[in-house]
Amino acid sequence: MLTETSRPTEVMRSGHLACPGCGLAMGMRMVLRALGHHAVVVVVPSCAAIVSGPFPNAALDVPLFHSAFEVAAPTAAGISNALKVQGKDDIPVLAFAGDGGTFDIGLQSLSGAADRNEDLIYVCMDNEGYMNTGIQVSSATPRFAWTGTSPTGNTRRKKQIMEIMAAHRIPYAATACVGFPEDLMNKVKRAKEIRGTRFIHLLSPCPTGWKIEEHMSPKVTVAAVETNIFPLFEIYDGTRYEINHESRSLPVERYLSLQGRFRHLTEEQRLETQSEVDQNWKVLNAKASGYAC
Amino acid sequence: MKKFISGNHAVAEAVRLCRTQIVAAYPITPQTPIYEKLSELEAGGELGGIMMRMESEHSAMAACLSASLTGVRTFTATSSQGLALMHEMLHFASGARSSVVMANVNRTLAAPWAFWSDQTDSLSQRDTGWIQIYCEDNQEALDSVIQAFRIAEKVLLPCMVVLEAHYISHFMEPVDVPDQTLVDRFVPPVDIPRRFEVDNPRFSLGVVNQKQYRDFRRLSQEAMELALEVIEDVDKKFARTFGRGYGMVEAVDTEDADLVLVTTATITSTARATLPILREKGFKIGLVKIRVFRPFPTQALRKILDNVSKIAVIERNISLGREGIFCSELKAALANSPVRQQIQGYLAGIGGTDVDPGMIERIVVDAMERKEAMDGPIWMTE
Ligand SMILES: Cc1ncc(C[n+]2csc(CCOP(=O)(O)OP(=O)(O)O)c2C)c(N)n1
Ligand code: SF4
Ligand SMILES: [Mg+2]
Repeated sequence: MLTETSRPTEVMRSGHLACPGCGLAMGMRMVLRALGHHAVVVVVPSCAAIVSGPFPNAALDVPLFHSAFEVAAPTAAGISNALKVQGKDDIPVLAFAGDGGTFDIGLQSLSGAADRNEDLIYVCMDNEGYMNTGIQVSSATPRFAWTGTSPTGNTRRKKQIMEIMAAHRIPYAATACVGFPEDLMNKVKRAKEIRGTRFIHLLSPCPTGWKIEEHMSPKVTVAAVETNIFPLFEIYDGTRYEINHESRSLPVERYLSLQGRFRHLTEEQRLETQSEVDQNWKVLNAKASGYAC
Repeated sequence: MKKFISGNHAVAEAVRLCRTQIVAAYPITPQTPIYEKLSELEAGGELGGIMMRMESEHSAMAACLSASLTGVRTFTATSSQGLALMHEMLHFASGARSSVVMANVNRTLAAPWAFWSDQTDSLSQRDTGWIQIYCEDNQEALDSVIQAFRIAEKVLLPCMVVLEAHYISHFMEPVDVPDQTLVDRFVPPVDIPRRFEVDNPRFSLGVVNQKQYRDFRRLSQEAMELALEVIEDVDKKFARTFGRGYGMVEAVDTEDADLVLVTTATITSTARATLPILREKGFKIGLVKIRVFRPFPTQALRKILDNVSKIAVIERNISLGREGIFCSELKAALANSPVRQQIQGYLAGIGGTDVDPGMIERIVVDAMERKEAMDGPIWMTE
C-alpha cells in the first residue's frame, strides 16, 4: 500500500488546467491511479473535463470521451455494453461527473443506469456547486453556503445522494475524499472487483468556490469527516452499511471556519448546522448497526 | 420471403437482418411496436445483440452514440416528443461522427397532443447533421434501414430513416423480407473506428478552439457532400442485389410535363396513382418524389426540374411563419435555374388528415390556372 502511494503509476499526467490546489484534480488523480491504465473513462462538462485538457492534448493516459452534461451514466453504459458485444469483458468503464451533473441534471439518467445495474463505475466529483460555470448553487451545495446564485446563503439542505443510490439497491456505493487517499483508492479498487453499477461520492474541495487557501483541500476534507459533515462509509447492495472511519465528532465549527463561503453564518445557523449533522450521523449509525447484525 | 407486416415490423426485421449489436430505445406511440418487436427478437435469441431498455430517448441516443464510437452497429427508434427530447444528442451523434441508425416515425408534436402523421418532428432536426431518408411504403422502410447502416458506416454520419405514423408504421402490406445470406453479403460485419482502444488511448471530443471548431464543421460538411455519392452508390448496389432501388429522387412522367408535383413519403403513392387519371383528363403533369432530405439532392433535382415552368410542392409539415419545409428547400435549390419558375407550396395532410386523389386533382387545377405563385403556402382542406 505504502509503496503504491509513494511510487504511483500515474494515469493523470502533468498539464491539467485546474486551478492551483484544486481538490477535484487531486481526487481524479487518485481515482485514476487506483483504476489503472486498462480502462475507459467518460467525462462530462464540469471541472473534470477541464482537468482532462483541451483538444488535441489529453491529461489522462486512458481512452477518454467527453460526453454531454447530463448523460455520464448512459454514455458509460453504451461503451460498456459495446465492449461486451466485442467480447472485451474485462475493461472497466468509469464516468466522472460533477455534483450538478449527478444530483441535478443527470439524476434521471443515472437512476436509469443504476436501475438497469449497468456495468460501470460512476464517480461524482462533488465540489458542492456549479463551479465550471463560475460557482452557482446546486442541490449538493450545503445549507447556508455562499455561491453566486445564493448570495445571502443557500436556503436548501444538501440532497442525500447516497440514500438515493442505496434506494436503487446497486451492489456498491461509497463516500470518499482526498484527505483520506488510501481509503479512496481502496474503494476504487474494491469497486473494480465488483460488477454492476458502482457509485463513489467523492468530496472534492474547490479552493476557488469554497474560498479556502490553495494548500487546504485535503485538510478541509479531513475536517469534514471528523465533524461528521461528510462521514466515510460504504453501502453494499443498497442495504448493508459500513462506516469506515471512527470520527472524532468535532464541532462543525472546525469545518465551517476554514472556508470563506461560510464566513457570514450567524450563531443560529451554526447551531442549526450542528443539529442537522448530529441527526444525519445518528441515522447513519442506526443504519450501520441495524444491518450489520 | 414475402410477409404481411406493418412498417414498424419491417423496420425491426431490417435491424435483425443487419445483425445490430446494440439497440437502446424508449417507448412512444407510434414507434412502440418497433421496440417491442426487437425486444421479442432479443428474448428469442434472434437479435444477437444487446437491448438497452432506457429511461428516456435522450439517454437512448447517448448510449447509442457512445456504443457506435466504441465500434459497434447501433440502432434506436423514436417519434415526435422523443425525437425532440433527443435534440441535444442528435447534434452530438453527428458532431462525434458516429454511425447510429435511427427510425423516426413521423408524428405530430404537442401542443396540442395528437398521434397523427406529420413530418415536422424530423424536419425540425434538419440542422443536426443527420442524413434523412423519407419512405413511401413498408418495403422501402425495410430496405432503407438496410441501406442506412451501409451509408452511415461509410461516411461516419448518423442516419435517420423516416416513416409516417399509421400510414406506414401500422398499416400492413406484403413485404419482401430478404434472405439473411443476401443481407450478410450486402451489409458486412461492422468496420468503423474504435475510439476507445485501451492500447491506444485517445481523447475523443476534447474542447476545441475557434479554428478547430470551424475545421471540424467543414469536415462534417464534406462528409455530407460525400454522402450524396455514397447514398446513390449504395442504392445502385442494393438494386443489383435485391432487385429494387429508389434513388435519392424519383421522376415520373416529367419530360413533357407542364406541371410537376413534388411530394415525399406516402403522399407520393396517392399522387402516383392519380397521375394517369389526370393525364387522361388532359393535364400534362409529372411527379417527383424527394426521398433524401439531408444531404439535399440539389443536383439531382435540378437535372429534372431546371426547365419546368410550374411546380407544386405538396407536403405534410409546416415551418410556422414560413411555409412547408420541402417547398422552401426546393425553392432554394432551384434559385439558379435558367428559367423563371412558378413554385407553389400546398399544405396537404397536416395533422395526419387525409390526402386523397380528389385533393391532388384540386391542387393540379389550381396550379395550372394560377398565373403567379403566392409568397405563402395554400392550405388544403376537405
Ligand atoms: C444541458 C446543459 N446545460 C448547461 C450546461 C452548462 N454547464 C457546463 S458545466 C456546468 C457546471 C457543472 O457543474 P458540476 O456538474 O457540479 O461540475 P463542476 O463544474 O462543479 O465540476 C454547466 C451548468 C451544459 N453544458 N449543458
Ligand atoms: S473551479 Fe474549483 S473545482 Fe474547478 S478547477 Fe478551479 S478549484 Fe478545481
Ligand atoms: Mg460541482
